[in-house]
Amino acid sequence: MHDKTLAQQSQMLKSSQTSSVELVNHYLERIERLNPDINAYVSVNADEARVAAADADKTRAAGNAGALTGIPIAHKDIFCTKGITTTCGSRILQNFKAPYDATVVTRLADAGVVSLGKANMDEFAMGSSNENSYYGPVSNPWQRDRVPGGSSGGSAALVAARLAAAATGTDTGGSIRQPAAFCGITGIKPTYGRVSRYGMIAFASSLDQGGPMAQTAEDCALLLQAMSGHDVRDSTSSTLDVPDFSASLDRDLKGLRVGVPTEYFADGLDDGVAVAVQAALAELEKAGAILKEISLPNQQHCIPAYYVIAPAEASSNLSRFDGVRFGYRCENPQDLEDLYTRTRGEGFGDEVKRRILIGAYALSAGYYDAYYKKAQQVRQLVSNDFTEAFKEVDVIAGPTTPTVAFKSGEKTDPISMYLNDLFTVSANLSGLPGLSAPCGFSDGLPVGLQLVAPVFEEARLLNIAHRYQQITDWHAQSPAGTD
Amino acid sequence: MALTPDDIASIAHLARVGIKPEALAPLAADLSNVLDLVEQLQAIDTTGVEPMAHPASASLWLREDDVTEVNQRDTLQEPAPQTQDGYFLVPRVIE
Amino acid sequence: MAWETVIGLEIHAQLKTRSKIFSAASTAFGAEPNTQASAVDLGLPGVLPVVNKDVVRMAVKFAIATGAAIGKRSVFARKNYFYPDLPKGYQISQMDYPIVGVGSITVTLPDGTDKTVGLTRAHLEEDAGKSVHDMFEGATGIDLNRAGTPLLEIVSEPDMRSATEAVAYARHVHSLVRYIDICDGNMQEGSFRCDANVSIREMGSTELGTRTEIKNVNSFRFLERAIDFEVERQIDILEDGGRIVQETRLYDADKDETRSMRSKEEANDYRYFPDPDLPPLVIDDAFIEAVAKTMPELPAKRRSRFIDELGLTPIDAQALCADKQTANYFEAVLAGQSFAPKLASNWVLGEVFGRMNKEDVALADLPVDAAELGTLIQRVDDGTLSGKLGKQVFDALWSGEHDVDAIIDARGLKQISDTGAIEAMVDEVIAANSSQLAEYRAGKEKLLSFFVGAVMKASKGKANPAQLNQMLKEKLKG
Repeated sequence: MHDKTLAQQSQMLKSSQTSSVELVNHYLERIERLNPDINAYVSVNADEARVAAADADKTRAAGNAGALTGIPIAHKDIFCTKGITTTCGSRILQNFKAPYDATVVTRLADAGVVSLGKANMDEFAMGSSNENSYYGPVSNPWQRDRVPGGSSGGSAALVAARLAAAATGTDTGGSIRQPAAFCGITGIKPTYGRVSRYGMIAFASSLDQGGPMAQTAEDCALLLQAMSGHDVRDSTSSTLDVPDFSASLDRDLKGLRVGVPTEYFADGLDDGVAVAVQAALAELEKAGAILKEISLPNQQHCIPAYYVIAPAEASSNLSRFDGVRFGYRCENPQDLEDLYTRTRGEGFGDEVKRRILIGAYALSAGYYDAYYKKAQQVRQLVSNDFTEAFKEVDVIAGPTTPTVAFKSGEKTDPISMYLNDLFTVSANLSGLPGLSAPCGFSDGLPVGLQLVAPVFEEARLLNIAHRYQQITDWHAQSPAGTD
Repeated sequence: MALTPDDIASIAHLARVGIKPEALAPLAADLSNVLDLVEQLQAIDTTGVEPMAHPASASLWLREDDVTEVNQRDTLQEPAPQTQDGYFLVPRVIE
Repeated sequence: MAWETVIGLEIHAQLKTRSKIFSAASTAFGAEPNTQASAVDLGLPGVLPVVNKDVVRMAVKFAIATGAAIGKRSVFARKNYFYPDLPKGYQISQMDYPIVGVGSITVTLPDGTDKTVGLTRAHLEEDAGKSVHDMFEGATGIDLNRAGTPLLEIVSEPDMRSATEAVAYARHVHSLVRYIDICDGNMQEGSFRCDANVSIREMGSTELGTRTEIKNVNSFRFLERAIDFEVERQIDILEDGGRIVQETRLYDADKDETRSMRSKEEANDYRYFPDPDLPPLVIDDAFIEAVAKTMPELPAKRRSRFIDELGLTPIDAQALCADKQTANYFEAVLAGQSFAPKLASNWVLGEVFGRMNKEDVALADLPVDAAELGTLIQRVDDGTLSGKLGKQVFDALWSGEHDVDAIIDARGLKQISDTGAIEAMVDEVIAANSSQLAEYRAGKEKLLSFFVGAVMKASKGKANPAQLNQMLKEKLKG
């Protein structure tokens, strides 16, 4: 049952081959058995899930079910859930119970989705390996000594290990796509503004975007449909109409112009990854797409620009974690200064502290122009590259990551870790939608194909990935030892 | 750009993040490496390029002036470390 | 040495919205602590600011009223610092691209001359909460009801040269924001706060001296005293060979002095940057036009109209236009009546204001309806009432009576303009005072007032004075 995709489970529920309660119990049993080894969940809310599943079955019996009614998923622990602990992977929120649900959580619940629990993540979504969680690292289900990617590493690992039909994730520099690639699943980062950020704990507000992670593009389409749309609580959420993502999944790819940036196949790209991605591009060509070499000349500048902008925003976003109104407070603060510095010193992990300091430095008097303003100008150049490229192509394709999943503890210096985001950050800097779909293996580890489209063209990404998944079965493979 | 442990201490103070003395030097080394990476930006010609603070797709939505929030003090103060008589408490501030 | 004072003001006007600038919580004053602080105001994790459209409308109104440039693309920026009454660890404000740009305000000084003060900018920002230091043992209490209240910070150029000018400017702005209905102007509740940047320099110098910023001034009187104190303090320091330290100083009204709050050197790395939660605020022409349609007639324009069309003196026009309610009242008195506006101006500024001051009554609580006052003035003007008896009617209206004509009838106050009746009384008085008549005819003309008084007394004050005078003079001549 757990190897079925979300869409297939939806059909089974519809035809009464199974019930939500049955599905939920099945997953809860698997979580109990398999999660201790993978650590993909930081918390499981079995009781609430069973109640919600029973409700979903009643809704179905009453004839009011939608495609997602009764489907069990997990939420990345960055999404606030009313009455259920939301840690964001941090000590500073160890016992934090938000008094509200994130809009994504509300919308999925309204669509009938059942939440099984909260997924592990890098602290405050800062990381590419899920080694930065206060609640312990997550193992990659394909090879347990490998990282699952990050920051939505728990979400990716639990979908790969079939511990839920799908999960929510967030993506600031690749945090949905990179772990999706490392774990052999499908994940989409929507256009900035497509999905409400309300109740999603902010890392870098101008880059953050929530999205679904599941086995297939078809599954992602169903979830994204429920997650999308204007939210009066988020002034950056788009007021544009949301198209029917499922309706266009089967569109023919004939004549589709696929841009392949030369910069994505340069030095630093792992051979095995290159081979798998080239093969995927060849499949698209066979399906009628036209491949076209393009250039994104400022691609190489993305990482330095990102590592100014994201920490700058984060340093300010994380100021509210001060031990006054919620969250961790240090023992016996002597005075205000002591309250702040010890609460934050003890509450935040090393990577979070590093980024707060980089960000504060980049914004501080005398350095603003050289760092922050410069990075914003470069951001504009990166964005302009896409504008130019999309005059000639409909979509851009390439590898999601330069390598497959690396070993835990292997990358000790921050820079080598940051370079993992090489191909993914540009979509965040430009606000564009990006998707990663499994496209093969290298050394027994999954490889991801990344697709990037113009703003608000998620339907196109889902369509291409879906067609690709009709002619390949990489997405259907599951890791050994997760039966 | 090389940052010294003293630089780290002053940035840490600005950001109110307690750093243990023995952690200052390794942090200085880490952050100096990051700044070296970031320094690559200086070589790019950005003359006349408008800084981009938000994604192009972002637009500002305004709400009407309606009061829709009700008093939820008890609920909202539930996660607070210390409250009394409806106030949040912090160590005495001397002005 | 002769010193010149240089003053610039930063005025924080609390915008008169129902809800906060970035949340839908109420802005009402005086609620129990933290009962009007929503998740957004508390800066809980994951919550986001959403801009109140009326805040934008009000800022645009101010720009139109002052003729200042409207920032068609303004940007909200974060000012980062840690303080417990600042929940997010940053204040959302505007820095490089404010909603209101350069403009100027012309102020009438107490001596009647005009002074133009440059407006640097006006920007939107959120207020902070309140810290309570004296309620808890060893602890400070934080109330975030005020956090997120919308403010328009109006920044002037350092164009003022005395406390008097600064106060005149502040009063002008105070009057203006109430006129255009964007701020209630309540200084006691902190809805209108003035910070003064004060420096001095040698007379004739064009360079600015080191300035201090005076905060915590909650009345115009205190503003004047605080500036005067600060100027004296700075002069003393410089004349003793000292140096002025750039700092923030608090005005203590009880001691009538300013004292250092904190040195700004450490605290001023605010790390401003564009708020990534709020893309640029773009205001199009249609929005501006819609706001322009809601603009009332501005005080300066109204004042000119009172002078040019109604024939009032500049001083009277200024006094009537100082606030909108007074000017509206004055115009309501005139409505539908035919007497000269100057008469109504005399009544409003004399009788009405005098009574209001004497009895400490606000215009809003005035017992005398404008239309009734109009009728009263009309009755004086058409001779039904003498001016003196008019005041009796006014007293009656003030104490809650209504209907001017009914009051006149009930009390028999109608002026006697019937020639025959007056003649009879004149004859009677002359007959009864033959010795005074003789003296008068012998040349003692001062006695005319004696006869006037006597006839007036006989008529119980109701004789038409002009008729009476004329008739008496003729009859006394013999």
